[in-house]
Amino acid sequence: MADAPLPSREELLVGVRERLAPLRDRYPTTEALTIPALHFAQALCGGWLPEAAIDAVAEELQLAPASVYGVVTFYDLFHLSPVGRHRLRVCTNLPCMLRGADEIMAAIRDELGVGEGEVTADGRCSYTHFECLGSCDTAPMMMLDQEYRENLTPDSVRRILKELD
Amino acid sequence: MAFEPVLTQNVGKPGILTVAGYRDAGGYAALRKALGMTPAEVIEEVKKSGLRGRGGAGFPAGVKWGFVPADTDQPKYLVCNADESEPGTFKDRLLMEKDPHQLLEGCAICCWAVGANTTYIYIRGEYTEAADILEEAIRDAYREGILGDDVLGSGFKLDIQVHRGAGAYICGEETGLLESLEGRRGQPRVKPPFPAIVGAFGKPTVINNVETLCNVPHILTRGADWFRGIGTDERNTGPKLYCISGHVERPGTYEVPIGVTLDELIDLAGGMHKGRALKAFIPGGASAAILPASQSHLNMDFDSLAKAGSMLGSAAVVVMDETTCLVRATWRLAKFFSHESCGQCTPCREGTNWMQMTLKRIEDGHGSEADAELILRMSRNMSGTALCALADAAVGPVQSLVTNFREEVDEHIRRGGCPLPPVPFFENGASH
Ligand SMILES: Cc1cc2nc3c(=O)[nH]c(=O)nc-3n(C[C@H](O)[C@H](O)[C@H](O)COP(=O)(O)O)c2cc1C
Ligand code: SF4
Ligand code: FES
Repeated sequence: MADAPLPSREELLVGVRERLAPLRDRYPTTEALTIPALHFAQALCGGWLPEAAIDAVAEELQLAPASVYGVVTFYDLFHLSPVGRHRLRVCTNLPCMLRGADEIMAAIRDELGVGEGEVTADGRCSYTHFECLGSCDTAPMMMLDQEYRENLTPDSVRRILKELD
Repeated sequence: MAFEPVLTQNVGKPGILTVAGYRDAGGYAALRKALGMTPAEVIEEVKKSGLRGRGGAGFPAGVKWGFVPADTDQPKYLVCNADESEPGTFKDRLLMEKDPHQLLEGCAICCWAVGANTTYIYIRGEYTEAADILEEAIRDAYREGILGDDVLGSGFKLDIQVHRGAGAYICGEETGLLESLEGRRGQPRVKPPFPAIVGAFGKPTVINNVETLCNVPHILTRGADWFRGIGTDERNTGPKLYCISGHVERPGTYEVPIGVTLDELIDLAGGMHKGRALKAFIPGGASAAILPASQSHLNMDFDSLAKAGSMLGSAAVVVMDETTCLVRATWRLAKFFSHESCGQCTPCREGTNWMQMTLKRIEDGHGSEADAELILRMSRNMSGTALCALADAAVGPVQSLVTNFREEVDEHIRRGGCPLPPVPFFENGASH
């Protein structure tokens, strides 16, 4: 349900190649560029990795698509299906749990009216619980797209959601 | 003796993110000094300081550097472990965001000492702000002649590259990290060979935690003897960042001499949340055994905590008050380990999942009388039987729940449910 059309195979190849160019001489192997390349490809595709993106990365780095796919499935920040325009990753690990993370999750569920991992009907938001994000001193907290939102309360998180475009 | 912060002394200083600002604060003098010493002399000074790794295992940094072969034509690498994913830990993020040049200087000194010309800073993918700040600091350092082909005019060549991970706790384990850096799934390698001999891209490599490396410039400028004068004893030396979270008034990162007690730390953090009583605490991150309130007088250093059956780990101190259900708390940690097991070893892959399921059923009121013993048996079967330390880490909190808080587990089973229903953290709770 990503609203922007996905880039073509050609656009993907060119886009990834461009961004990788300054990194190439920084590593002794091309395989080391796999994770950077996947980050670039995912950004070009609105936050997830369609098959064509994985193929483009594999072709660009001369790796087997299956091995690139294996890398993708290992990491929590790569997604194989469309995500909301805004992504909420809510930390529910112990230090956040001790400071009300479950109440934050409940407030989000109420406000968005969809379950964890689902995308709202307008394609605006999706949310998941997440492991410790290294911000337990400002618990409870979440990552909203690339940004940390800290010291949340049920009220503040509702307000944040209302203000999203 | 009043303690002046060392690692956090520059936090909040204006301009400190730039080379110029860092220099004004006395920065890069340690690197200049190191470049005037022989690599062997630098390693000797770090050994003498007693600095032990701040990433979790507490291995002496100078000794590790000494393992890297000095006379070889191969390229060598320094990999800075900035994966910081141990639940409860947030100190490395502070060091990178608030004083990036301190870390770069530590990396540069280490590279000079071991003869490496490249550093990779492997940073967890979620730390986008810290990564951006580091990259900007690195660009500045190249412009100012601190990095590049001629470090401070010495002829020494050094490149530093930030490498962003993609969300996987196991990439904090040093060989899982190397696999990930090389572009693969982050599955730990068999050791030996150790990274000092066969590390990144098959070459000799030092892997050190962010905080470990941040100590190095200060050891060079103020001397190993000064460093040894801080801490509990000669095996536990130097300043230390403690991350305190959970039920205290002011969670945060506090820098104190290594070996602070929990009581002192809670005081620094403004006391217990709402003045409630302390029930239990984790001294060193999710992998450490949970200790009862009666242990709050212990020196939280490597050896004192090991003697008490726990560990200093990453010095992530999680404080739990009297309202906390320890079965539920431990279940959450067990679920984390089950999610993060890389799956290569059967005892870890299966054991972590069974542990979290067993704890869940106890919490939900379906526990059986045999469950406590079952947990202890699983703990034995997972200890030392897997490839990396994640399996042992998973055992840490779970086994301690049964050994240190058996009565609470038994009560769950006897009553057929949790005797401590969750207390809402927020006054109004979440609306329904
Ligand atoms: C499962 C697991 C996760 C780890 N995570 C981290 C981490 O996030 N950061 C870190 O510095 N060390 C971590 N370590 C420890 C590293 O393997 C390694 O000991 C450390 O980076 C060495 O640096 P040091 O000697 O400076 O502490 C982890 C270890 C294990 C077994
Ligand atoms: S112990 Fe667990 S995390 Fe470590 S290598 Fe084995 S399966 Fe992977
Ligand atoms: S537990 Fe939530 S940020 Fe650490």
